[in-house]
Amino acid sequence: MDWQAIWLSVRLSVSTTVILLALGIPLAAWLAFSRRRWKFLVEAVVALPLVLPPTVLGFYILLAIGPRSPLGALYGKLTGGMLPFSFQGLLLASVLYSLPFTVQPVAAAFASVDRGLVETSWCLGVSRAATFRRIVMPLARRGIATGAILSFAHTMGEFGVVLMVGGNIAGVTRTVSISIYDQVQALDYAAANKTSLFLVGLSFLVLALTYGYQRRGWTVWPMS
Amino acid sequence: MADELKCACRTRLASGFELDAELCLPLDRAPITVLFGASGAGKTTLLRMLAGLDTPQKGAIAFRGQVWFDSARRIALAPQARRAGYVSQDYALFPHLTVAANVAYGALPGTAQDYLTTFEVSALADRYPRALSGGQRQRVALARALAAEPALLLLDEPLSALDAAARARTRRQLRSLLLASGVPCLLVTHDRMEALTLGDWIAVMSNGRVLQCGPVQDVFQHPADAGVAESIGVENVLPATVVGRDGGLLTVQTGAAQLQSVDGGETGAVVACIRAEDIAIARDGGRASSMRNRVAGRVVSVALEGPLARVELDCGFPLVAVITAQSAHELTLQTGETVCAIVKTTAVHLAGGAG
Repeated sequence: MDWQAIWLSVRLSVSTTVILLALGIPLAAWLAFSRRRWKFLVEAVVALPLVLPPTVLGFYILLAIGPRSPLGALYGKLTGGMLPFSFQGLLLASVLYSLPFTVQPVAAAFASVDRGLVETSWCLGVSRAATFRRIVMPLARRGIATGAILSFAHTMGEFGVVLMVGGNIAGVTRTVSISIYDQVQALDYAAANKTSLFLVGLSFLVLALTYGYQRRGWTVWPMS
Repeated sequence: MADELKCACRTRLASGFELDAELCLPLDRAPITVLFGASGAGKTTLLRMLAGLDTPQKGAIAFRGQVWFDSARRIALAPQARRAGYVSQDYALFPHLTVAANVAYGALPGTAQDYLTTFEVSALADRYPRALSGGQRQRVALARALAAEPALLLLDEPLSALDAAARARTRRQLRSLLLASGVPCLLVTHDRMEALTLGDWIAVMSNGRVLQCGPVQDVFQHPADAGVAESIGVENVLPATVVGRDGGLLTVQTGAAQLQSVDGGETGAVVACIRAEDIAIARDGGRASSMRNRVAGRVVSVALEGPLARVELDCGFPLVAVITAQSAHELTLQTGETVCAIVKTTAVHLAGGAG
């Protein structure tokens, strides 16, 4: 089994999830509570990765971070390195690609928090920021957990974007899904099967843990 | 610095509902004010504007000389700065926090325990709101609001989420708890027994306007106009004193007359409320009936209102009865003559007298 690729995928997924929580929670809060009319435009942009083919997304990310683009040039100046075909470039692409998987469940969870509770907190003299931390976040914790798990799982399995932006460099950008693709191309079905089975098991474990956490007690209905 | 709450707000909601409410409450003379009116009168809207949760389109709100809102000067204090403890109809307890954590939520560190004790919820401190009864929730919500040491307490229908038995029990308790807190309170209700029992002052609202504002008994006895009388919906409100108690029945003295009522635990000064429809009129003194309350009175006027007749009597106190026009005709009621008004014991409702 290609442990190197598995380890790389895990590192990529964990980093992506952490960054997405840091970016996605404020963005989801804005989407849930803002009264701006043009909010729907931002919602549409956030949802784009859901419908775009990964190759299209990967292609434009590649253009945007290339050494001739302003972003790529700036990165080159600051670090002396290049974003395409590097772990950092891959990370950036993964964050963009999984953005809706964090933002949508978290925003839905924020929006479903009873407004009366928030108002009550304000009237008790607690600031908006503290109310968000003490009332909204705890009551939306299931949605936040769902967003984090989905982002993690989605990044573990991504293929098209990785191939476009990261290529296939062992230990740097060869993630587990690309490793499986390589093994199949090399007609090494036994190895491909082993790695795939490992991924299936891992995915099942993660999802089972998520649903186990989300279930309060062992009631069948209502699932609230 | 005037010790009063002044409010003049105008707003039009998206639904087309227009609110144009003026209010001036003397907080020193009247610690508890009841905002009274039918549902849809705009009571909750006004309460939310006072709390700072909704913004009026025009107007001004000032509390004890401090401007909370002024559309002309573009002042609108946030709810946090007003410190108006707002308790919504459903109590809005935080479901993820225990009773103790709920009460401590807006309180200074270490002060919550006193409120848990005062409101008799110490034993529930570790429970979550979903494991509480309606009455317990209400006490926790009140304790939480008062623990934040508000300048003003705003209660939206504090008893409506309780069942009938708990409501009657809580009504009296609530007034003494509110008075003991020392925080002025504005309380929304559409129930006139609640208004009479809980309030010192009353502001009667209808269709987004405050029709009349004054001491509760004054307003009930002397409604400013027909609109107020209709809103409060009770014709006879008599100041009375409890003078006797026997076998589950109370005797109250009102003017020269004594009335009997079902014992609800009242003592001292009360008000006796009798609907005009619940009063019958007889000529021979009504001796041969099960009615316990008989009061002699002089007929002041008889006014026909379609199939009904509205009879005003002077029994030493004014009493209004509504009987059928046919009965009035058969009795040949003449102004100035003396008749007997009879009321069933169960039709005499006592309010107040909770100490």
